[in-house]
Amino acid sequence: MTRPKWYRLAAIAFLLLASLGRAFAIDGETAKQLGAEDGDAKLAAIQRLVGAADPAAIPLLKALQDDALVLVKGRLVIIDGDKAKDALSGASVDAPADQREAITVNNRIRAALDGAIASLKLVSPDRAERVAAARAVAGDPSDEMLPLIKTALSKETDDEVKRWLNQARALVEIKNSDPALRRAAAKLLGVGDIPQAKQILGKLLEKNPAGSFIEADAGVRDEASNALRAIERRALMPQIVATLFSGLSLGSVLLLAALGLAITFGLMGIINMAHGEMLMLGAYTTYVAQSLFRAYLPGWLDWYIVAAVPMAFAVAALVGIALERLVIRFLYGRPLETLLTTWGISLMLTQSVRSLFGAQNVEVANPSWMSGGFNLGADVVLPYNRVVIIFFAAFVVFLVWLFLSRTRLGLYVRAVTQNRTMADCMGIPTPRVDWMTFGLGSGIAGLGGVALSQIGNVGPDLGQSYIVDSFMVVVLGGVGQLAGTIIAAVGLGEINKFLEPFTGAVLGKIFVLIIIILFIQKRPQGLFALKGRMAES
Amino acid sequence: MITGAVKELKGLLREGRRDFIKRMATFMAIGGLVLGPMPALAQSKDTIKIGVLHSLSGTMAISETVLKDTVLMAIEEINAKGGVLGKKLEPVVVDPASNWPLFAEKARQLIAQDKVATVFGCWTSVSRKSVLPVFEELNGLLFYPVQYEGEELSKNVFYTGAAPNQQAIPAVEYLMSKDGGAAKRFVLLGTDYVYPRTTNKILRAFLKTKNIPDADIMEEYTPFGHTDYQTIIGKIKKFAGEGKRTAVISTINGDSNVPFYKELGNQGLKAKDVPVVAFSVGEEELRGVDTKPLVGHLAAWNYFQSLKNPTNDEFVKKWAAYAKAKNLPGHKDKPLTNDPMEATYIGVYMWKQAVEKAKSTDTDKVIAAMAGQTFKAPSGFTAKMDEKNHHLHKPVFVGEVKADGQFNIVWKTSGPVKAKPWSPYIAGNDKKKDEPEMTAKK
Repeated sequence: MTRPKWYRLAAIAFLLLASLGRAFAIDGETAKQLGAEDGDAKLAAIQRLVGAADPAAIPLLKALQDDALVLVKGRLVIIDGDKAKDALSGASVDAPADQREAITVNNRIRAALDGAIASLKLVSPDRAERVAAARAVAGDPSDEMLPLIKTALSKETDDEVKRWLNQARALVEIKNSDPALRRAAAKLLGVGDIPQAKQILGKLLEKNPAGSFIEADAGVRDEASNALRAIERRALMPQIVATLFSGLSLGSVLLLAALGLAITFGLMGIINMAHGEMLMLGAYTTYVAQSLFRAYLPGWLDWYIVAAVPMAFAVAALVGIALERLVIRFLYGRPLETLLTTWGISLMLTQSVRSLFGAQNVEVANPSWMSGGFNLGADVVLPYNRVVIIFFAAFVVFLVWLFLSRTRLGLYVRAVTQNRTMADCMGIPTPRVDWMTFGLGSGIAGLGGVALSQIGNVGPDLGQSYIVDSFMVVVLGGVGQLAGTIIAAVGLGEINKFLEPFTGAVLGKIFVLIIIILFIQKRPQGLFALKGRMAES
Repeated sequence: MITGAVKELKGLLREGRRDFIKRMATFMAIGGLVLGPMPALAQSKDTIKIGVLHSLSGTMAISETVLKDTVLMAIEEINAKGGVLGKKLEPVVVDPASNWPLFAEKARQLIAQDKVATVFGCWTSVSRKSVLPVFEELNGLLFYPVQYEGEELSKNVFYTGAAPNQQAIPAVEYLMSKDGGAAKRFVLLGTDYVYPRTTNKILRAFLKTKNIPDADIMEEYTPFGHTDYQTIIGKIKKFAGEGKRTAVISTINGDSNVPFYKELGNQGLKAKDVPVVAFSVGEEELRGVDTKPLVGHLAAWNYFQSLKNPTNDEFVKKWAAYAKAKNLPGHKDKPLTNDPMEATYIGVYMWKQAVEKAKSTDTDKVIAAMAGQTFKAPSGFTAKMDEKNHHLHKPVFVGEVKADGQFNIVWKTSGPVKAKPWSPYIAGNDKKKDEPEMTAKK
């Protein structure tokens, strides 16, 4: 009875081996070339794997992409955490860290890998995965992918996937020797949104040094120039939107930086040179919130920014209140002293943060939902972090407006800023209104700091780079006017962004300053002046 | 602390405004003393004084602070092994605060007043240009550890960073090679000051010899501390979309790099489409950046922390231990080394060897003894001080950013390269001598 048992065991073993072999039906020689020293050999191997059209190659390619594929004594091994398995057989192997030889992947290889993996995923049952794969393939298709693209197209029912696949196919076939195929491809490229379509079509219309067209067929040239015009027509709108958007984005950053100052300087008349440091404190609070989440709530890390908003407000407001109570209240009505004192305090705050957190910038990462951008087509991307900041700025402005016009304290604030003595006579506790208003202004600066941490540097000197811009906005908008501040901030942002493409960043900034100087010469009171009888006037 | 400061302030205000500003300065100095304690320096007679001239505050503090710590670490190591010529080394640390004229003032103080044997310092070319006349006048000795634009050769300076042919030119050659993506169009993007402008002048001339027409080169500059890179990235995209493979060569300096790379990542400009190679971005500058969207962008240096060799393993380990022991902010949790730190380290040890060879700390004798000094550097190669031109022979590496902020080395020279401080791509340089004039300028 032992013989049948043996047979059965052997049969099971054979089946197991066969199934393993099926799962890893990759040509061993080709795979080995992935570990080659030479970039060309690696590329050729990747393209051969694509040509074989076997999805089993995906894990192998993915491992190469993630730097997880290493050579151990000439054998390809995939490292997964502390486990290691043979890349071809899948068997566990022993791969001590000192024997691992990394396989270098450079940009050229990485680009080929992205396309290769995507092309093998074109037949995935998951729609989202197919869309992503088709998009990736359309980014840079190779000749080897054409059969895969064609099979996918013949089976595909989803319109979006089809659209990308057609673009990918056109990109390959525009190089075909058959003019009819080239004509069809040029036509297809004209309706798509592939960034490189413009340059490929443009090249078709160029002439050789000898004077003849690079593209011999006149029909193809016609289609290409039609397509090019169509693309350019469609690109115009997104480009204008992009410029408007970047101006609005810069404006919202300026607004968040200046809004707090519009309250402390604009309404209360305090020249607060430490305003920039309130922004800095807000940004550092964001950093602290991120570190706390990383340490205690790693699962919620993406939402640290939500917790950072009230924290930053509280920290900056408290420091602001302390500043007002301990220093500024003795200096009301003495602008020069206030200016110098707050400047000294700004240096002290900068230096304390430097001693506490170090001179280097600290890392504040965008939460994953704020990374990346919204694709408008025609290669125009609106980064999510900037979109969020625009909405955040609008939200903060709304809250401030609500506070000033709808609350009792807001009414007091307006009363005190218009006529302190009279307000005092009417029984308004002016000192309390003073510190609360100053705290509010500082707290809003703290909120601005949260926003700034998402687009710029967080370092001890953060405040200094924004203080001038903040004053510029407030003075231009007209002291004492929130609406002026908003219009000045957005206006400056837009002017800057419309000038920059023509003048460059350095000259653009100078032009903006000149515009402001000329404007202030003409209207010293800013865009909007307070009308009516004032205590000072 | 704060109440004391407030009292001082109140007293100040009571006395009126007459010499207010003077008083204010005192007040701030007190603030600085209280809040930024400098390391206390032991005074003893039998020591050799070493000047350390790096910005510990202001815009350049981000890069220069670690160089000060690197000098201190090397000095501690040397002292632990008995010092130099039987004497202990004593560091004299000053803070020129990213203020270029203050660099010259502090340099004069170090040489004339503290009588230091040598100075390790400076980062930006503008600070070096500022101290140069002081060192030449007082016959001091400066070790400058950062890559720069060349076009300078002083008898009183040893340049342990890279000259353009040891960084910029090989990096561009890599971009033009097949593995680098065969770039045919270039964006030269930099901060607006002498180093990027000179480097780009050299690169433009170099690209001309490679038959790149002017229409395929875009030059852009931003002010120091620029933070809004939306328009520039948009422009780069447009330029790249006009045809041919495009690469960006960035000489952006200081902390502007953080918003630049953030915007690059968020706008989806991938390295595989438009690679950015940077000359002033290393491990330390990427500390504050999320590097996941930046994988594949490049940097060119003569050293990377990720180099695998025993000397570097030891160097990184020593730095980690030192950072932990001294509680250096940032580095105590995540120790990073970079190229200028390596160059500083090589400089300190080469100076030591030269002093031992000369058996004196006399400037002229040390300068003579420096020629041909060698040191087994963390780059894995033996760095050699050229017999004549005061620059090191160093290997060149090109690295791609990895997801963890380290660099993956994708290209390297087979061995050390001799520096050419007078770039052959600038007209008239072929007549200049490859060694400093041995008479100090007056």
